Amino acid sequence: MEAIAPHAQNAAPPRPGGLHGFVLDWAADQRVFKGVSWGKAMMWIFLLSDTFVFGCFLLGYMTMRMSTTEPWPNASEVFALEIFGTHMPLILIAIMTFVLISSSGTMAMAVNAAYRRDRRLTATLMIVTALFGATFVGMQAFEWSKLISEGVRPWGNPWGAAQFGSAFFMITGFHGTHVTIGVIFLLIVARKVWRGDYDSGRRGFFTSRSGRYEIVEITGLYWHFVDLVWVFIFALFYLW
Amino acid sequence: MTTASSPLNGFPDRVPPAEVEDVELYHAKSWITRWVFSQDAKIIGIQYATTATAIGLVALVLSWLMRLQLGFPGTFDFITPAEYYQFITMHGMIMVVYLLTALFLGGFGNYLIPLMVGARDMVFPYMNMLSYWIYLLAVLVLVASFFAPGGPTGAGWTLYPPQAILSGTPGGTGSGIILMLVSLILFIIGFTMGGLNYVITVLQARARGMTLMRMPLTVWGIFTATVMALLAFPALFVSAVMMLFDMLLGTSFFMPALVEMGELAKHEGGSPLLFQHLFWFFGHPEVYIVALPAFGIVSDLISVHARRNIFGYRMMVWAIVIIGALSFIVWAHHMYVSGMNPWFGFFFATTTLIIAVPTAIKVYNWLLTLWRGDIHLTVPMLFALAFIVTFVNGGLTGLFLGNVVVDVPLSDTMFVVAHFHMVMGVAPIFVIFGAIYHWYPKITGRMLNEAMGQIHFWVSFLGAYLIFFPMHYLGLIGVPRRYHELGPTSFIPESAATLNAFITIVALIVGAAQMLFLFNLAWSIRHGRPSGPNPWRAASLEWQTPETPPGHGNWGDTLPVVHRWAYDYNVPGAAEDFIPQTVPPSDTAATGEHR
Repeated sequence: MEAIAPHAQNAAPPRPGGLHGFVLDWAADQRVFKGVSWGKAMMWIFLLSDTFVFGCFLLGYMTMRMSTTEPWPNASEVFALEIFGTHMPLILIAIMTFVLISSSGTMAMAVNAAYRRDRRLTATLMIVTALFGATFVGMQAFEWSKLISEGVRPWGNPWGAAQFGSAFFMITGFHGTHVTIGVIFLLIVARKVWRGDYDSGRRGFFTSRSGRYEIVEITGLYWHFVDLVWVFIFALFYLW
Repeated sequence: MTTASSPLNGFPDRVPPAEVEDVELYHAKSWITRWVFSQDAKIIGIQYATTATAIGLVALVLSWLMRLQLGFPGTFDFITPAEYYQFITMHGMIMVVYLLTALFLGGFGNYLIPLMVGARDMVFPYMNMLSYWIYLLAVLVLVASFFAPGGPTGAGWTLYPPQAILSGTPGGTGSGIILMLVSLILFIIGFTMGGLNYVITVLQARARGMTLMRMPLTVWGIFTATVMALLAFPALFVSAVMMLFDMLLGTSFFMPALVEMGELAKHEGGSPLLFQHLFWFFGHPEVYIVALPAFGIVSDLISVHARRNIFGYRMMVWAIVIIGALSFIVWAHHMYVSGMNPWFGFFFATTTLIIAVPTAIKVYNWLLTLWRGDIHLTVPMLFALAFIVTFVNGGLTGLFLGNVVVDVPLSDTMFVVAHFHMVMGVAPIFVIFGAIYHWYPKITGRMLNEAMGQIHFWVSFLGAYLIFFPMHYLGLIGVPRRYHELGPTSFIPESAATLNAFITIVALIVGAAQMLFLFNLAWSIRHGRPSGPNPWRAASLEWQTPETPPGHGNWGDTLPVVHRWAYDYNVPGAAEDFIPQTVPPSDTAATGEHR
């Protein structure tokens, strides 16, 4: 991975690591995060902010769950499916989680391929990642329609506290929106990689700046984040 | 590596080589992309400031209407109780979010950050442009709520449920509250786009030689406030989304089971306290999101106009950072009367009082900067001094209200109104005025008219005291806030009404002085005295631009190289009483501070 951010390789002397290096970086001029491009730094800060959004959603959900007067529905029963006559709790959620985690794997491979300038492989792997993401959203749509057909609404459900449906639709909906945005973003970047925009220096339509292969990694950061958030939703909403 | 060591003083010019290649600037091709859909941070800053001022005028007029009602109850029939609540709500929300936050971060942040750290522009100009237009959309949605059926929401600026979305509250069941929440969500989205720009520009796009500890305190204040906003606004975003769902979908996030107009409402099991926690987790940092840029700017104003280096620069920086961090763990001091475990009250009272320590450090450092300084009583300096006075005043009453036992009887009285207007209304607004008088020459190339400025200052400063100081007294004798009309009581003397009438008259006069200020802004663009590039003889980077007003790309052909901090004033042995940040040590006979 020597080729990361080629513009950042201006023969800088080797920097010490550890706490000493940390202090030197923050005391230096021009940049705090040496060798980190603006786009990547911005994505990290954005994800920090987005962490607070999901944190507030999940903390709000946990507060409601603890303070509500009616019993909370049993998640493993609600999210169970009958498959070939077998009663399988949480099976759909397990598959969804598996699909999303797998998409993180293909995303990481795409980042690797991008830095090796393998355009075809990068674009293919990004499209595979997008397909995994679309599959996830599709299964979520199935899960939503199943629950809706069983009578779960944002304002109530047959099994207990009304907040179950409210929190479920809000949190999974907000996460699903993130996945959908990620899928669209992946497809746009995959198209640009396939067309060779990052080799030819073609300028963006809006920004009039030329892009770099690093955008694949930045897209990957977002994708892994969305994946990580799902792990918390899985643990706190479905397993609790 | 330029390591030319100076024979004069032995300080080597240690400036590391450039790490960041010169950016690809967006070059506007037409009048529209240059002035309207501009990607230049300076234009975006002016757009932000203009929009914020315009919506702020609406809030100013609302405050006149409220004062007319309070000062002369029963005289103005057109102000009904419902409208009075709507005026309160919109006045508070506009002033806090759409005026102060947008003006400090969107306005001053956009204009000053690239100039002060030596960048050509914000790092992502296109996103920066989107930030402004989404902000404008948020403002338009907010304005639309005035014309919605039922009018804007009258829930108070805190929008507490359950009353915020019940039929007894003005705008509660109509589109007023919906438009308010949608506008807030839009504001947060727009702000996030701009805020990421400000943070990354400060962290990753500084000029050669510009270390974090050489940045002017203005940049430190805006930077820290932006980081806080990026972490605090999510809580408001989430609470706005949840309340919107309670309103539109009939969910019960915040709504308990209750009887509304004799009928059982459709909600059950929600927690109004959850909203208060989310809201104040945003709301308290918000106070410092407004205050920290003011702290930073006022430090620079005092240093420049007292011709002295800021006292204790490093402590000033750390105080800003510590205040920013502490402000995230004090939010429940707004909820003492909501009911909570006494140990929580103890915890939040303690953290609240601890914030007074770094804040007091800042106040002492401002005073020590002034001490034996060469004080020029220019209009910006007058406003800076007025800030210190009003801020100390409001800060001290904050210590009263931070204590549970004192807060409980004073809560929901005019004392609280006086406190927060003094500390986060008047004080930051004075800094905004001072900053505009200070940087107007850089923005336009002309000075603001001094005579009009002096009138504006004295009327505003004395007037603000005459308005808000008596309110403390009104609060202490028990005059409640948010009341349309007091009516006969057993404990409020007749003289309170006289005092209220007096406050109203002063408020109208102070409001008129702001019109003079706006006239001055417009008049001086053409008729002001030409200022030259550096009328205040200031050392920081924005005054060293090759053109005034700064041109496209800010710095001409070559980016500046920074050799010192922004506060080299009256350095012994130097030829002038200030040394610009761009002057290398070998170019001056001075042995100033080379931090």
